[in-house]
Amino acid sequence: MEFDIVSLSRFQFAMTALYHFLFVPLTLGLSVIVAIMETVYVMTGRRIWRQMTKFWGTLFGINFVLGVATGLVMEFQFGMNWSYYSHYVGDIFGAPLAIEGLMAFFLEATFVGLFFFGWDRMSKVGHLTATWCVAFGSNFSALWILIANGWMQNPVGAAFNPQTMRMEVVDFYAVLFNPVAQAKFVHTVSAGYVTASVFVLGVSAWYVLKGRHVELAKRSLTVAASFGLAASLSVVVLGDESGYLTTEHQKMKLAAMEAVWRTESVPAPFTIVGFPDQKARETHYAVEIPWVGGLIDTRSLDTPVEGIEELVERAKGNIRRGLIAFDALQKIRAAGTGTVDPEVRKAFEDNGNLLGYGLLLKRYVDDPRQATPEQIDKAAWDTVPEVAPLFWTFRIMVGVGMFQILLMSVFFVLSARRMLDRYPALLWVAVLSIPLPWIAVECGWFVAEFGRQPWVVEGLLPTAEAVSSHGIVPVLLTICGFAIIYTILIIIEMSLMLRAIRKGPEPDEQPDAELIPASVVPAE
Amino acid sequence: MILHELIDYPTLRVIWWALLGVLLIGFAIMDGFDLGVGALLPFVARTDVERRVVINTIGPVWEGNQVWLILGGGAIFAAWPPLYAVSFSGFYLAMFAILAALILRPVGFKYRSKRESTAWRSRWDWALFVGGFVPALIFGVAVGNTLQGVPFRFNEDLRIFYDGTFFGLLNPYALLCGLLSVAMLVMHGAGWLVLKTDGMVQKRARTYGSIAALLTIVLFALGGLALYYLVDGYRITSPVNPAGPSNPLMKGAEMAQAAWFANYRAYPLLLAAPALGFLGAMAAGLGLKFRMGGGVVLLSALSVLGIIASVGVSMFPFILPSSIDPRASLTVWDASSSHLTLFIMLFATAIFLPLILIYTSWVYRVMWGKVDEKSITDGHGHAY
Repeated sequence: MEFDIVSLSRFQFAMTALYHFLFVPLTLGLSVIVAIMETVYVMTGRRIWRQMTKFWGTLFGINFVLGVATGLVMEFQFGMNWSYYSHYVGDIFGAPLAIEGLMAFFLEATFVGLFFFGWDRMSKVGHLTATWCVAFGSNFSALWILIANGWMQNPVGAAFNPQTMRMEVVDFYAVLFNPVAQAKFVHTVSAGYVTASVFVLGVSAWYVLKGRHVELAKRSLTVAASFGLAASLSVVVLGDESGYLTTEHQKMKLAAMEAVWRTESVPAPFTIVGFPDQKARETHYAVEIPWVGGLIDTRSLDTPVEGIEELVERAKGNIRRGLIAFDALQKIRAAGTGTVDPEVRKAFEDNGNLLGYGLLLKRYVDDPRQATPEQIDKAAWDTVPEVAPLFWTFRIMVGVGMFQILLMSVFFVLSARRMLDRYPALLWVAVLSIPLPWIAVECGWFVAEFGRQPWVVEGLLPTAEAVSSHGIVPVLLTICGFAIIYTILIIIEMSLMLRAIRKGPEPDEQPDAELIPASVVPAE
Repeated sequence: MILHELIDYPTLRVIWWALLGVLLIGFAIMDGFDLGVGALLPFVARTDVERRVVINTIGPVWEGNQVWLILGGGAIFAAWPPLYAVSFSGFYLAMFAILAALILRPVGFKYRSKRESTAWRSRWDWALFVGGFVPALIFGVAVGNTLQGVPFRFNEDLRIFYDGTFFGLLNPYALLCGLLSVAMLVMHGAGWLVLKTDGMVQKRARTYGSIAALLTIVLFALGGLALYYLVDGYRITSPVNPAGPSNPLMKGAEMAQAAWFANYRAYPLLLAAPALGFLGAMAAGLGLKFRMGGGVVLLSALSVLGIIASVGVSMFPFILPSSIDPRASLTVWDASSSHLTLFIMLFATAIFLPLILIYTSWVYRVMWGKVDEKSITDGHGHAY
């Protein structure tokens, strides 16, 4: 890693975002699981479901606060470290963030207080409503964040305005119903459900192994396995949807993930393992399955997966057109309020959507129009992200995803056959699986964001252009600051989680509510 | 899409200027009493049970309250992108300090009472104090700097350059504003404690709160005088096109003595804002001192409203002046989002803000009533 402002800002964003996402998936999933448990309580009147709601709710709360605290950092950071980005795309990107606050975050944060403090102050149904509001709030929140992120992957519905020197919304429906955003939303939320399911499964399995709170743990296992099975299937099926969309919108990311150096004859094989070598543009020791790559990536046997070298060639063409756009833009701005030559205006209209490719040259030369062919060549190769890390993280994510389906299926069957305590070895597998979903989700974000490099907004704005004009000292200071605070907090959080799990649920001695009052039931 | 033409661009810009005020004032009133209570915590509550009482007065609501800040940040990003870009990157280390302090709050509330150890709890009490005091101070300091102008400029690509330092932010006038902000929010927090507690905690809150109210009045007056005589304001020197493109470099502007008072000279009715700031603080101070009930928190809220509105009204149409290149100053007419974005955001706000107000008031009604020591110690485990 180079030690410059761009790398440092990227490092800080990656660090704080990956840390934030340690808490988000559990919040997403556990809020729904807790709401399901409370719904069972309200419908059946069985106190044990109330006890489960409160116990998993406690763990939810410990996790939730850190999600909130670190989420605020994410919102502030765009302006702090990425001020040119904020200026350049704030007209589009800001709206989903603000609507997230209006629609989702207020709901979630307002009702979470009632969830914890309102047990004795409201009717059962009233409290259940509050719990569902928390669950809906956190899930809506994911929706808007992924609409924002989806736009960075596939920037639709926007156009560059030379007068304000930024992208502006022209079609908000396109931003809202961006297919990439929709696929990412379902994939991410499902991943959150799986994370929470594996968590509940693992903790409950531990209780069963230790013979503690067995009734509560078995019921929790059943909820986790059924919910988790559906969710883990959804992650893979809709994750595939997300991959399929990548082939349309981010061909370079796909080529790097799959280490496809050059377009292969159709149908493309799928490389299970191998050692991608960026310099040689080869994958050493590749183990390939014929046809599968084409099936997964293009859903057909006759569409090629385009290779990195071909995509770089296309990037060169885009850069040349980007330079025409850049040149036209300078002329339009020089004209000020005066009239602009119609040919210049036409040149900008035809090529303006590739302006970002021209900006890729800013790394090498102040005025991109002065770029030499070698520099254009270099800039075109800059559009290739580092292949090996993407190749591996993608495979780890997929591997874990497959394992989770297996795990959930096994426990679903065990639960249906009432054999949850029959096989201690399987229970141990569940306990040891607890960290896996976190590994998968972090790998997933790495693929999504690192795979988009060198772009912060695909094809529109290079990451290197998006940073604030800070010196490296303040950014280093805040990196250290966040690292210290975050490390302390995660130690505290983990220790409180473990304490709460060791302590177990609060005893609840009250009798189950009677659904049919005794007075109505005739004696004998 | 023609729909957004229903409201013209200048009107939308003024609406969003007002909504920016609504959100910031909403934050200062709703989360302000949380911050004030945090800053008062070590002083009004001495025993562990007293401290838990104080924490639990805000326990069920602070999370929702803090969303006002998150929404404020999001709305600035969406409706005033240049303001978001300049202020968040310019106040870089100050923003970090606010974040660090605010991170302490959620974890402080949630984690403090999870262990019995006195040292553990006292550490979190101080964390909560910092989490209340520091943001209150820095927000005030930021407003003080905004009034004086901030050393930023644009190049012709509208890339932002900032020539100030963190310590440059801590100038005397900004610190005065910071102290005013702390005094104001402590007064407001004390009002909340009067509403939600009784006994010794309430008594101490009255004492500290009335002192804070007095300080609020004095500091607000000093701030106004300094703004008239010592700190220059800004004015636009070129013709203004309220429907023009959002490019701050297309106008002229300059610094001028007492320019922040021009709006009051033109529209004396606007003096209602500072008057409300003074009268609200006076009434709140008297109410705190002379044993008025929970209504005192409404008076302190009015004072907060008046004081923040005064800043906005004085500066209009400026929202962030530049001290090194006044023509780069951000104003209502050249620092907003596009016409379409402002309309979409207004649409979303018109749907969701009323809903938020409805369910927030429902939550406050459910949690209505004083927090007493019994509710902490009854063992139901529903308190922090």
